[in-house]
Amino acid sequence: MAHALVAEKHPLDDLIRRDRMPHIWCPGCGIGIVMRCYAQAILESGIPVERHVVVSGIGCTARVPGYMNLDSYHATHGRPVPFAIGLKLAKPELMVTVFSGDGDLAAIGGNHLIHAARRNVDIKIICINNFNYGMTGGQVGPTTPLGAKTTTTPYGNPEHPFNLPYLMAAAGAVFVSRWTALHVRQIKEDILYSFRKPGFTFVEVLAPCPVGFGRPNDIEDGVEEMRIYRRRSRLVYRVPDEMPWEALEVDLREERPIYVGRFVDREREVFQPVRLRS
Amino acid sequence: MRVYARQPVNLTQIRIPRGQVFLIPDRCKGCQMCVEFCPQQVLRMSHEMNARGYHYPEIAPGKENACVHCEFCMMVCPEFAIFTIEVDSA
Repeated sequence: MAHALVAEKHPLDDLIRRDRMPHIWCPGCGIGIVMRCYAQAILESGIPVERHVVVSGIGCTARVPGYMNLDSYHATHGRPVPFAIGLKLAKPELMVTVFSGDGDLAAIGGNHLIHAARRNVDIKIICINNFNYGMTGGQVGPTTPLGAKTTTTPYGNPEHPFNLPYLMAAAGAVFVSRWTALHVRQIKEDILYSFRKPGFTFVEVLAPCPVGFGRPNDIEDGVEEMRIYRRRSRLVYRVPDEMPWEALEVDLREERPIYVGRFVDREREVFQPVRLRS
Repeated sequence: MRVYARQPVNLTQIRIPRGQVFLIPDRCKGCQMCVEFCPQQVLRMSHEMNARGYHYPEIAPGKENACVHCEFCMMVCPEFAIFTIEVDSA
């Protein structure tokens, strides 16, 4: 029996707040994986850390700015997007990233999200989709798949979920992609790509939530949910050439493929408010 | 007659890297992502516990030199608790 060598410091410790580790997320949660991808992307972006800003709302995912060692803002529930828009318009040299969950961005901040996409404001959205409201105890959210069990829908969810890539593409985002928490290299590459892409970009990451979503739906733990992602992920480019947009809907209970990839990559004019001439 | 197909031309120049696994046991929460997704099955769960009562990974018997420094354990660890450093394969 051999031990791994014990270390004191992680290579990315300069970008995270060491004194606040270990973080509050449950064992098997995928948010930490995406946070590491974001930290790595910041490191490789070539943009100094002083110019990076991360904004979040309320929720499990919204704890990320609290653990990042850069300028970070914890806005009220659902309002990270307006906060980020204000930040970007006041200081255009900043690289503003919104790092929040599906309940925060798509439910309570849903209108802000689609209107920011419509205006094509130059902010970068990383949305972690774990299919429920994790922090408050696993309630049904707007992305919970049809029929999935949560604490507030014990007989199965009767509502159809949001199809976030479809919504964002329809609203006018210039870059839309979706990955699962297992696609670590692709998440990092897409965050890096969105840093270089002017306009409203949206990266959705499907992350395991073993306690809130997995347990009522007979998914044993985080590793089991990652195995499901590995088995069912199908890489596609450029919908709708190859498949209808409706197929992007995620259903974790049925054996249907989960389509991942870069769905939209296009150019649109970036939002630039009219400057008053003196 | 020798068949040259299906053999990379730079086969003799390719050097498989070797890595050394480093662990911060007190950050580990025992989610087993690194154990499950290591392509060389270098890791397994130990019987020992850290200060918070979680089992953390250790190097499986006979796999001391099996790490190829792909860094996937570092990428997939949600806790910033494991990483590898490349060592000289000589």
